[in-house]
Amino acid sequence: MQRAFHLLRRRLISSIPVLLIVIVGTFLLLEAAPGDAVDAYVLSIGGGDPALVQSLRASYGLDQSLGARLWLYLTSLARLDLGWSVTFGRPILDVILERLPNTIWLMGSALALSFGLGSILGIVAGARPGSMSDRVLSVGSLALYAVPSFWLGLVLSIVFAVQLRWLPTSGIETIASGKQGFERALDIARHLILPVGALGFIYLALFLRMMRAGMAQAWRQDFALAQRAKGLSRRRIVLRHIARNALLPLVTMLGLQAASMLGGSVVIESVFAIPGFGRLAQEAVAGRDAPLLIGIIIVSALLVILVNLLVDIAYALLDPRVGASGATT
Amino acid sequence: MTVLKRLLRTPEGLAGTIMLCLLALAALLAPIIFPSDPLSIAGPALLPPFTDAAFPLGTDRLGRDVLAGLVHGARASLAVGIAAAAVAVIVGALVGTIAGFAGGLVDEALMRIVDAFQIVPSFLLALAFVSVTGASLTVVIIAIALGAWTGPARLARAEVLSIRERDYVAAARVIGMHPLEIALRQVLPHALPPVLALSSVIVASAVLIEAALSFLGLGDPNIVTWGSMIAEGRNVLRSAPFLSIIPGFGLVVTVLGVYLFSEGLSDAISARKTTN
Amino acid sequence: MSAVLAEIENLSVAYRTENGRTAALSQVDLAIEAGKRLAVIGESGSGKSTLALAITDLLPNDALVEGEIAWPGLPHLPAPGRDIGFVFQDPGASLDPVLSIGEQIAEVAKNHLGFGWREAYIHACDLLERVRIPQPEAALRAYPHQLSGGQRQRVAIAVAIAAQPKLLIADEPTSALDTIVQREIVSLLDRLVSESGMALLFITHDIALASGFADAVAVFHESRLVEAGAADEVLSRPSRAYTRLLIDSHIDLATPPLIEGAQA
Repeated sequence: MQRAFHLLRRRLISSIPVLLIVIVGTFLLLEAAPGDAVDAYVLSIGGGDPALVQSLRASYGLDQSLGARLWLYLTSLARLDLGWSVTFGRPILDVILERLPNTIWLMGSALALSFGLGSILGIVAGARPGSMSDRVLSVGSLALYAVPSFWLGLVLSIVFAVQLRWLPTSGIETIASGKQGFERALDIARHLILPVGALGFIYLALFLRMMRAGMAQAWRQDFALAQRAKGLSRRRIVLRHIARNALLPLVTMLGLQAASMLGGSVVIESVFAIPGFGRLAQEAVAGRDAPLLIGIIIVSALLVILVNLLVDIAYALLDPRVGASGATT
Repeated sequence: MTVLKRLLRTPEGLAGTIMLCLLALAALLAPIIFPSDPLSIAGPALLPPFTDAAFPLGTDRLGRDVLAGLVHGARASLAVGIAAAAVAVIVGALVGTIAGFAGGLVDEALMRIVDAFQIVPSFLLALAFVSVTGASLTVVIIAIALGAWTGPARLARAEVLSIRERDYVAAARVIGMHPLEIALRQVLPHALPPVLALSSVIVASAVLIEAALSFLGLGDPNIVTWGSMIAEGRNVLRSAPFLSIIPGFGLVVTVLGVYLFSEGLSDAISARKTTN
Repeated sequence: MSAVLAEIENLSVAYRTENGRTAALSQVDLAIEAGKRLAVIGESGSGKSTLALAITDLLPNDALVEGEIAWPGLPHLPAPGRDIGFVFQDPGASLDPVLSIGEQIAEVAKNHLGFGWREAYIHACDLLERVRIPQPEAALRAYPHQLSGGQRQRVAIAVAIAAQPKLLIADEPTSALDTIVQREIVSLLDRLVSESGMALLFITHDIALASGFADAVAVFHESRLVEAGAADEVLSRPSRAYTRLLIDSHIDLATPPLIEGAQA
């Protein structure tokens, strides 16, 4: 446990400069762009006189120099203030925090599905390399890996929601149903099945393939033969030794895929009309709300850092070699 | 035996090569097979597939030929995918080579920037970039490359670190070549093969990101891509689901072809290494 | 003459390759006597490791095996781990890097001796003491990377003898270690074999190492058994040119035995 804490502190400290680069970089990229939220707003209300535009700019601090605005942004960020969203007419942090839980549910479930089922099927495939089940799973996972998630989402909703009517086509829960407690949770779960499937299947295929490859590699090593020489049951060799060792790179991959999955949820939320974080990004784009977009990118970077910290802890708990001599990080 | 021959001997390599060749053929011959603009109205609206020989895959709600769109879409998707991957690999390989060769503070700074790009979801970054600069073919290519250059950068840096201590680099240093000259003329060419092996996978993910961007309406509005066709089909998803489903197969074939090809390629390369 | 534990008769092992079959072991006849130490000597590729794997029934599935191994010294066919303990060359590669040492020893005891986990761990602790690991209680919770190469090999030996096998096979158990540690491991094996009465099959390319404490030797060359017999006889009066060559190139027979008193 102490090892994990030590690692955690080191990782936290090293992620500070990276986060700072993200903040400054995003700010410069989006604030330097021509056209701002005031332009978009004025356009949306059908034009306005220059005096109004001027005063709006001044009230949002948009009339100052880029450097001054960056400094202003950083200081307010230090007070956990992400600024004001023109599109929503509310503080950006409030808007983001309101949408975040839906995305966390979507991403968390998709991660759990893909990692859990992917590693189990990977163990099934890797238990006997070259067997029938191995071949079927390998080919199947490669095909699945090639399917774009948003298109899979559309196909799934055509089949299961439009044609068969088993599941709802969109949203995160039935609106104004008055459902409470367990019934409400069940309702949300029903709404999440298709989007989680669409988002998770591609990663399921990825984890399956990695697990299988890792196990194939472990089988070729000396220690696999050594476990057989100990006379252990095949079940114990596969589960406790081979799979246990093959699991380690999978955990690393979990952290690496967090950012990509968050990006994927943007499109999935659009397909299933889930009012989440990704859909918010799309609304920010539509409203040319640069401050909101910056906030979204910063929060998503934080989310990715957080997932990676959790992954690091899990890795340290799974691999006794981590942090022992500094050889493995 | 050459790598190419080995590649075609593996079942994955053969299947992947055939798929990619067919796609490339469709992309190259698109203007010859379907000379008119795929965005123009060609016949009656919402014709189902396999009912009219003139429109084998049917028409969309504006009466545009789906097959023509599919073939022209291959052209756009592959062009964007290859261009974005090329930009990403060139930029990434350059940055990685410089970082690996310079070492010290330069390396540290460049790698922190790489880290920063890796913790921002690349699709979100592309979305933000396109939204502030306005959608055009060039912008989409740059937007995709923004999120894809870090992989090649890391790989190139790792290769350089393993190569820079070898004899020919030391020799170049002894005869007084400028460090940058050594980096570009001696180290980069040797670090390139594994970076290129990575690039086929980057092409596949670039095609997917382009499709997702145009699906959200952020692609170039003046050209047909598979993503925009899928998005267009969404409007009539209940009555004519085929309009969204058909272009998706183009994506699946492209990505599957690339994965099979690269799997066969890595088998072929490793087989060559073991026999040498 | 003591009782025969295992009788290898006309054993051949071959592998299919691109150009037909490659023999790994050809028509070997050899007896392993209960409680005795048999050193199998040969260069790499001589077939000595294939012999060890064949005895333990660990050959890969594609191996083509002919001949027979009879076990007059056992009431049933031997099971790896239970009746035969196996020590590999490199303990760094044969121990599982992510499981505790205690678990790796205890799982053998649990599997073959019918112990529960608690008993198995107590047994593992005793074994660590027997192989002279300092602070065995703490070592139970340690991981392989926390030990030195010599200690790791001691642990691997503890794993191999955990189920009190009748035969211990050590396949070049000291080649990955430095000279001083080599001697310690050899004397440990020597002591364990004397204490427990199990037979030892010691595979090595180092004839000097073998001459120190083996009762019998078997010399292998190019997949064939060249010469076998009592250790002092073969080493002092080799009947084959190849054996003489090995002896001449490796040791001066005036060299004192590696373990004092072991040759008696």
